[in-house]
Amino acid sequence: MAKHKFLMHDKEDSVGVAVADIVKGEKVYGAFLHGDELVEVVANDNIPLGHKIALKNVKNGEYVMKYDEKIGLAKQDIKVGDWVHTHNLKGYRWGK
Amino acid sequence: MNTKILGYKRENGKIGIRNYVAILPVDDLSNNACEAVAHNIQGTIALSHPYGRLQYGSDLDLHFRTLIGNGANPNVAAVVVICIEQNWANKVAEGIAKTGKPVAAFGIEGNGLLKTIEMASRKAKEFVQYATAIEKVEADLSDLTISYKCGESDTTSGLAGNPTMGRVAERIIAKGGTIIFGETSETTGAEHILAKHFATPELAEKYLQIHKNYLQKIEDSGEDLMGSQPTEGNITGGLTTIEEKAFGNIQKAGRKEFNPVQSVLDLAEAPAGPGLHFMDSSSAAAEFITLMGAAGAVLHLFNTGQGNIVGNPIIPVVKTTANPNTVIHMAEHIDVDVAGLLTRELDLDTAADKVIECLVATARGRFTAAEALGQKEFVLTRLYPSA
Repeated sequence: MAKHKFLMHDKEDSVGVAVADIVKGEKVYGAFLHGDELVEVVANDNIPLGHKIALKNVKNGEYVMKYDEKIGLAKQDIKVGDWVHTHNLKGYRWGK
Repeated sequence: MNTKILGYKRENGKIGIRNYVAILPVDDLSNNACEAVAHNIQGTIALSHPYGRLQYGSDLDLHFRTLIGNGANPNVAAVVVICIEQNWANKVAEGIAKTGKPVAAFGIEGNGLLKTIEMASRKAKEFVQYATAIEKVEADLSDLTISYKCGESDTTSGLAGNPTMGRVAERIIAKGGTIIFGETSETTGAEHILAKHFATPELAEKYLQIHKNYLQKIEDSGEDLMGSQPTEGNITGGLTTIEEKAFGNIQKAGRKEFNPVQSVLDLAEAPAGPGLHFMDSSSAAAEFITLMGAAGAVLHLFNTGQGNIVGNPIIPVVKTTANPNTVIHMAEHIDVDVAGLLTRELDLDTAADKVIECLVATARGRFTAAEALGQKEFVLTRLYPSA
């Protein structure tokens, strides 16, 4: 079985968390903490350990989901495989 | 698993796992005297801090409550209190004396520094010989009041480190233990989920109201928490928003069916019974742990993402991390490595076993990384400026 390079909290999440450094163009697999299910994504950016990779396309102004909860709003269109951080995601209470 | 520990049974029946003679200044002016006493007498520790003059109202009440609570903490065998004014030294000493432990109070005014140091040193010597004669007794991890928080968090905290602490809490509470958490600001965005963890709708409402008032106060002043929540360290570690951080933070509450929150505590307030308790508190690590000491916590569990190094003078702080880079780069600060959760070589139950094993060893006397390294931050929470 392929080794996962990112983990996901919940099935409906729009992002996963890199658990090893991911290189732009790399085909990577994601897993949940438990179970055998794997998701496959091609990374559009370098994504360091601990940073988020997009698993779904999210339009500018839409919510980004993690823990099956809203963790912020997309500041620009996010595509599957993108690095998701302060450049394209903001908090919805005080975010800029 | 074996959770038998060796502790010190205090006069009021509470169990401590360390045996300090504390030299406690009531105000900034008395730090010098306290440090001199701690230098003179082996086995004592000075709890220096920068406050205590011209405080008033609820801020002064909190000051006294924090000092009395830390003096009363079961990790402390006896206390020498020093203040510029004898009356306030007496006030703090009387509060601590309710536990039944030996306490003495000294005022500097009318004596001068040198005479105060001599009198306090003689008393401290007596207290050290009293304390070192106390024999340890068998007890259980669940007899202790334990506190926990996370700091310099990153995405590995919410994914693995904090859920491990949640699992640890479930196990200890199932055995009748007492655990305190808090960090009001760091629940922002996840308050509707945390609210479901409270044992009754009234408690949930109390927490939600406190959180709402907290945000209102910040926003009324025209400020927000950007630049502070999340911190620079959080952002380096991959956390982007306060909401994302909050969902990670509340993972340590564990599963609500096992860990219903039994009370909402005021700052430095001790829980009235066993179970999980939420203290309305700052998320700043050293302030938080000092408040926990005042509430009677004798052991603190701390998960870090990027590598917070905080310790406390009277409470052993056990550090866990699930970040494999932190395990390497901050190795000397980490007590329990649970990074195997990210590679799925560990599951939450096995990770919780590792943490409990370390808590038991610590409670039996083994120094934590923070103790061995001498991290002992004692930081008092202020509500507003002095008069």
